[in-house]
Amino acid sequence: MSTAVRETAAAYDVAAIRRDFPILATKVYGKPLVYLDNAASAQKPRAVIDTERDVYEKGYANIHRGVHWLSVHATDAYDAAREKARRFLNASLVSEIVFVRGTTEAVNLVAQTYGRCGVGAGDAVLITGLEHHSNIVPWQMLCAEKGARLDVAPIDDAGDVDLAALERLLTPRTRIVSVAHLSNALGTVVPVRRIAELAHARGIPVLVDGAQAAPRMPVDVRELGCDFYAFSSHKIYGPTGVGVLYGRAELLDAMPPYQGGGDMIRSVTFEKTTYAAPPHKFEAGTPNIAGGIAFGAALDYVSAIGLDRIAAHERDLLDDATERLTAIEGVRVVGTAREKAGVLSFVLEGVHPHDIGTVLDREGIAIRTGHHCAQPVMDRYHLPATARASFGLYNTRGEVDALVAAIHKVIGMFR
Amino acid sequence: MSTDLRDLYQEVILDHSKRPRNFHAIPDADRKAEGYNPLCGDRETVFLDLDGDVLKDVSFQGAGCAISTASASMMTESVKGKTKAEADALFERFHDLITGKSGAAATPSPELGKLAVFSGVREYPVRVKCATLPWHTLKAALAGENAPVSTESEGPAAETGGAQ
Repeated sequence: MSTAVRETAAAYDVAAIRRDFPILATKVYGKPLVYLDNAASAQKPRAVIDTERDVYEKGYANIHRGVHWLSVHATDAYDAAREKARRFLNASLVSEIVFVRGTTEAVNLVAQTYGRCGVGAGDAVLITGLEHHSNIVPWQMLCAEKGARLDVAPIDDAGDVDLAALERLLTPRTRIVSVAHLSNALGTVVPVRRIAELAHARGIPVLVDGAQAAPRMPVDVRELGCDFYAFSSHKIYGPTGVGVLYGRAELLDAMPPYQGGGDMIRSVTFEKTTYAAPPHKFEAGTPNIAGGIAFGAALDYVSAIGLDRIAAHERDLLDDATERLTAIEGVRVVGTAREKAGVLSFVLEGVHPHDIGTVLDREGIAIRTGHHCAQPVMDRYHLPATARASFGLYNTRGEVDALVAAIHKVIGMFR
Repeated sequence: MSTDLRDLYQEVILDHSKRPRNFHAIPDADRKAEGYNPLCGDRETVFLDLDGDVLKDVSFQGAGCAISTASASMMTESVKGKTKAEADALFERFHDLITGKSGAAATPSPELGKLAVFSGVREYPVRVKCATLPWHTLKAALAGENAPVSTESEGPAAETGGAQ
């Protein structure tokens, strides 16, 4: 275990944490890398990198099928990662944790299993106006196929979901509600617990897209009261290609399988196949074994630091950056919700975000510019794009200084 | 500012991006086409009046980054009065210049004229699409295509010269 994690002193030792991430020593155009694109994907600590390499060097075989030592070893490690994910979300049962490729696949899985059976002609699916494309398009596809309607609860100018409007859209024909926990484009923290209460009062299940929230705040699916919760390994400092779909046991039991194949069956004849119990029913084929095990290491890493402490650290950076950017003439922060986390979207008068991104890049600062896979959010604000700085557990106040200085450079150049 | 950024954002480019020329609609234009870069959300409409084979008047409207706005502005100035074939040939030279093909950037073809200031784009492969968006849109207008042009239609490898 890393130095940063072992020294659980009261103070948040960001310098020690940074030493755990080899890539942070990178120089970009001769300048120290300032990585502020964590909402797109987070960097990996040595513990994760070492774990994945160790699997291939010391403990790799296919899982759930071999009698030999290596297969048993790999299976144990993979199952242990599933248990870590259960603990991370405080789910009741390990069988409620389905491993998928990422949040996108998790949403598609629910749309194509729960949705395919439970949504019919004239029914409705309810999302909000701040969803990422991955929580829009799978539902649009389902609705088109079934002749159902996609309802969208609007957001206000600050970027908060209009809860009164959302409540009005919970109709007798609404079959599922699917909402982001934390907006990737605006940084809005969505009151998903309240939304789950409103939906459950009408017997409607709720899926929460936790891709941005899981790395940034403590998540307890039982406390939130949601029926499904999805998040991705790569945004929580783990490898790409792994993610989690939590589903309440009763729902997972009743749902049909997702894909057909090996590992998801109990018995197969040409006449009839019986399916394995959850979670295996939803996990056809050989999964990302080493990635899954390394994802477990990532959950260990963030849990050892503490999600509440990570949240407080990122809160400090977001507040500092928001205050200082707002003070710059011509800068407008996009998304001023009551509660925000980790994400700072902004525009600069007279300068296109793409040009901001190019100038910042030459300063070694990585931000995202564009529509952030949330074009309806951009349309809501009549913007083609924004610049977005998003924070991670290893970012520092000094990096906020660098961001502010670089924006002054942009202004000097274009205005 | 670092010198390499100056190679991209040359004074002429900054000037055209802040004060674009021929930045208006042509009412009842003979041809018009819309271009869209889905990666950054840039949208430009190119308007065109033809006199036989000659581009009698060219203008544009829309919102984009400094590179795409300056490119559109300078394109309208460069192709006005040229024949379709000349405009096509100019785009080809321009494309070679900004993708750094066959040493075009080192010794820009004299026909490019002021467009040579875009040679710095070759060091920024992700910005090539910004510079070519107006030209693709012009091409669509010349071809009388009604469907909006997307910078993605060519495929990323083609547009970036495989440099990504």
